[in-house]
Amino acid sequence: MGFCTMAKIVIRNLVHGPATRRYPAVPQRACPITRGHVTLDPAQCISCGLCMRRCPAQAIQVDKAEKVWEIDRFRCIACDACVEACPVKCLTMETTYIAPVTEQTVERHAITYVKPEKKKKPETGQAEG
Amino acid sequence: MPERIVVPFGPQHPVLPEPIHLDLVLEDETVVDVVPSIGYIHRGLEKLVTKREYPEFVHVAERICGICSFMHGMAYVQGIEAIMDVEVPDRARYLRTIWAECSRLHSHLLWLGLFADAMGFENLFMRSWQLRESVLDVLEDTTGGRVIQGTCKVGGVRRDIKGEKLSDIQKTLPEFEQQCRDLTDVFLNDESVKYRLGGLGVIGKSEAYDLGAAGPTLRGSGVDWDARCLGYAAYADLDFKPVSHPAGDCYARCAVRLGELFTSIDLINQAVEKMPEGPIDVKVTGAPDGEYFCRVEQPRGEVVHYLKGDGTKHLTRARVRTPTLANIPPLVKMLPGCQLADVPVIVLSIDPCISCTER
Amino acid sequence: MTAKEQTIIEIPVTDLLERTRKLHGDGYRLVQIGCTGLAESYEINYSFDKEYRFQNLRITVAPGEEVPSISGIYWGAFVYENEMHDLFGIPVTGMNIDFQGAMIRTGEKHPFSVTRKGEGPCRNA
Repeated sequence: MGFCTMAKIVIRNLVHGPATRRYPAVPQRACPITRGHVTLDPAQCISCGLCMRRCPAQAIQVDKAEKVWEIDRFRCIACDACVEACPVKCLTMETTYIAPVTEQTVERHAITYVKPEKKKKPETGQAEG
Repeated sequence: MPERIVVPFGPQHPVLPEPIHLDLVLEDETVVDVVPSIGYIHRGLEKLVTKREYPEFVHVAERICGICSFMHGMAYVQGIEAIMDVEVPDRARYLRTIWAECSRLHSHLLWLGLFADAMGFENLFMRSWQLRESVLDVLEDTTGGRVIQGTCKVGGVRRDIKGEKLSDIQKTLPEFEQQCRDLTDVFLNDESVKYRLGGLGVIGKSEAYDLGAAGPTLRGSGVDWDARCLGYAAYADLDFKPVSHPAGDCYARCAVRLGELFTSIDLINQAVEKMPEGPIDVKVTGAPDGEYFCRVEQPRGEVVHYLKGDGTKHLTRARVRTPTLANIPPLVKMLPGCQLADVPVIVLSIDPCISCTER
Repeated sequence: MTAKEQTIIEIPVTDLLERTRKLHGDGYRLVQIGCTGLAESYEINYSFDKEYRFQNLRITVAPGEEVPSISGIYWGAFVYENEMHDLFGIPVTGMNIDFQGAMIRTGEKHPFSVTRKGEGPCRNA
């Protein structure tokens, strides 16, 4: 009984070819909400630092004075907390995983956002409130 | 009387993905005594609770284990919700149930694969993992993560599953169930598997109960105790029976897990049918002040999250008693009398998850 | 949420063995033994379950105070008691399998002890 069932499965698998794919030559399976890695749009970031405070792994560092946004990919757990927290939606969760690396480096992004002249309220206050 | 020798088993052993060390005292090929030791991967996650705010700690709680991740998160948030007296919306409870059952499916299929591998049945191993992949795909499509779902939060869930996706999942269930039936047929009726597992690592009903065994190890000895009967999440509204098997050997534990595959499929089906409309979370303010023991049935057995807060954002204590820790005493009782070559199969039959155990 | 009640009974250390023996006789199953560090003492919870009824015995001990082992009653209690000893440094007397602090191999002795000085080398937090 069990033998016949197994034989059927084996033959079917032989005909159908491999169930795996040759990653990374073939891209990974992804769906629109796959949590791959976080990217920043430096033109929109208001350096409020909310992502830094919400990050459970403390992977993100935001330097307000220097206007630098840093992420340590080795610490990042792709939990989506920063993306949810961002008040101006400048963070995006991409669906692809980062390529494997052998050395830990911190990714630095210079924030290019320029505060519009018209606004009277400081953006950082809005973000924290 | 033959000479006694001590053979170390682990911490690195081909059958175990994780480090547990057993000192096996042998007389010829027969095991007469076992001394387990752990601690190779103690990460101190319980201590981390004093460094992270309680809503953030759910991410840490999920990472206690890579397989029953969702249920650790769920146990943690349920504990916090019980302390803070938060009423979770119905839809969130049902969604949690669906994800929890998907996790159970993928965990059991993973275990079945590993078990087949331990027996030396490579084809069956590949087949189990092939089936597991379809469960992981569902999890990825609905939560964004294959094994770390990250959808639980204090007060509800972070993501909703749309109506059409729910019916899509439901449509794939009959085919998946048939594939699982074929797999069950091989595991339970194949002569070589039966011969390999029957009468191996026997632990009786009263002994298993007395030793505090949990999950399939307990139910494989004929005690139909299942923490899901406590009625957390949506289990109180759904109809299911704990699966148990009276034999108490490796075959019985395997049969229990196979039986639970179908319980899980049925529970997902029921949860999709009864899925209520409404919000998926409530806003939670304040901080937990009090203590609670939250018990959840994981694929490996009952987990106890003991949480204690003092009214600040940081909990003072989180203690996690994982099922594998409870299953170590039964394992120590199971092994004496067996052959050295059977040790890997018996160790695997309790589904050891050492990362869980050491936290 | 969980429908069944949870009871916590505070007892003195001297009553522990007697109460545990009674629960064992009533058919309770040992669920867990967990330790919580308070400011100057430890709180130890012994959890039992029978047909989904959850019962806890709680003892409070000072650092260094000896706790009798219940492994004579529940054979499987040794894992929790050794854990208690290895992580918190609570001396447990009369364990059936005493690892002498070697069950959980921690880099530092008794990392969760309340008498431990300083925060210690915690690289990541």
